[in-house]
Amino acid sequence: MQFDSLQAFFAMGGYALYVWLSFGVSLLALVWVVADSASAHKKLLRNAREEQARQSRIAAARKAQTVQSESEQTGS
Amino acid sequence: MNTLINGIFKRDMALAFRQRSELAQPLMFLLMVITLFPLGIGPGPVTLQKIGPGVIWIAAILSSLLAMERLFRDDFWDGSLEQYMLSGQSVAAIAAIKVLVHWLVSFLPLVLFSPLLALFLNLTVDMYVALMLTLVLGTPLLSLVGAIAVGLTVGLQRGGVLLALLLIPVFIPLLIFATSAVDSAALQLPYRAQLAIIGAMLMLAMATAPFAIAYALKVSQN
Amino acid sequence: MWKWLHPYAKPERAYQLCVTLQPYFLWPGILCLLVGSLWGLAFAPQDYQQGDSFRIIYIHVPSAILSMSTYVAMAVAALVGIVWQWRTAFMAMIAMAPVGAVITFIALFTGAAWGKPMWGTWWVWDARLTSELILLFLYLGVIALYGAFEDKQQAGKAAGVMALVGVVNVPIIHYSVEWWNTLHQGATISKFDKPSIAPEMLWPLLIALLGLALFIAAVTVMRMKNEIIRREYHRPWVKDLAARALGDDHAV
Repeated sequence: MQFDSLQAFFAMGGYALYVWLSFGVSLLALVWVVADSASAHKKLLRNAREEQARQSRIAAARKAQTVQSESEQTGS
Repeated sequence: MNTLINGIFKRDMALAFRQRSELAQPLMFLLMVITLFPLGIGPGPVTLQKIGPGVIWIAAILSSLLAMERLFRDDFWDGSLEQYMLSGQSVAAIAAIKVLVHWLVSFLPLVLFSPLLALFLNLTVDMYVALMLTLVLGTPLLSLVGAIAVGLTVGLQRGGVLLALLLIPVFIPLLIFATSAVDSAALQLPYRAQLAIIGAMLMLAMATAPFAIAYALKVSQN
Repeated sequence: MWKWLHPYAKPERAYQLCVTLQPYFLWPGILCLLVGSLWGLAFAPQDYQQGDSFRIIYIHVPSAILSMSTYVAMAVAALVGIVWQWRTAFMAMIAMAPVGAVITFIALFTGAAWGKPMWGTWWVWDARLTSELILLFLYLGVIALYGAFEDKQQAGKAAGVMALVGVVNVPIIHYSVEWWNTLHQGATISKFDKPSIAPEMLWPLLIALLGLALFIAAVTVMRMKNEIIRREYHRPWVKDLAARALGDDHAV
């Protein structure tokens, strides 16, 4: 350890503002980029599932419709 | 091959000269931007001489960005670009000829105009010669590199600002070397090195840009 | 080699590869970053000229180096995509762009915070700071171009061309120190034969560099997974994946 005490460590020889500002902003930026990627991943998966559910609903509705119209045709 | 290239050259020249006002607008813009600087900064001859080369180059880049969009826009929207691509000719050659026409109609007038600009900004004769040389070597580079980005953004509805965002950073080295050449000329120093670098960039662009433009157009045409 | 590499051009295999690689990049990366910065902050000896302010080097230099290498890596991915028509290469390229921009921002910010005590101002138009700023613009341009297209396939190709155009600027950035001599100090660790930095200071720097590189790789892999899903929206394997990841709470 280069510093005598914890206070000296945080004071950074008078350059506390610049050193801690640099490290703090860098940490924030790195955390943000990971969090953004992870949350986008969740959102995409959710969207994908909703989209596919919609597609299968559309397919089911179409199928029901054709069945209905076929039965109407046979009925008439 | 030759007939097609010839045809495109003649057609584009004829089209450009038929839309004279569109041709003149970027030049008028350039002139007005240059006028703003003495008004905004002060008419001191020493100040003007100091900022002159930079102002002329920045104004040239900005006005070129305004006119750049025209390069492929009409051909894209009326479908002739698609016809060129289906013609079986090399798209790179067609792109090169279109860039040449663009340089002739929008930058050559600027180079011819530059004595007036130099006069406005109180440049010395040495500085003017250097400015002229950098413009002659540098503006084809603007056309060539700009055409790549135009090719990429031509299919987008609102590509204008995006085009500027893409191109300004790419043009910065050219701006640095061109203005540094003129500054050296002002101090009676040799500026061949800067010209050589601009020339090298131009050679690189001439060798590679047509293929990049062709690829970009293909991407846009999808 | 092609036989071995080729399956990864298929999105599903590429996704699996990303999932496998992610922990190997992320955790060692974070560990190295922590070790490097703690060592640098607390245990490395003080610089005799700059005092403790030099400790910013442990984040500034790695981010400055890697901001450029990430751009080059992006351009290489774009080239691979254009030449061999690899769709996954474009995805890798666009995955690198945002993290590269963030790293460039960090390099700029820490440079400014270091410049204030050393040069007395937050910003100087010094060659390397300026080129770093241009690099940030180049990243933002690639991201903006990618975002402007609806069709992401087309967007990847377009952004790839722009990345290749921009990469011409990277050597200019690198050699700008020689081209425009200004008050920025010379490169610190590239001269390995006669290092101008004490070994006790150098080791934590190298560890932080490695850590940040691994971290960038990890984020790239994470974002690449996202890109793959975005383009393979309708495939059954994405459905299975979503079901597994989110749990079958309200399954269809």
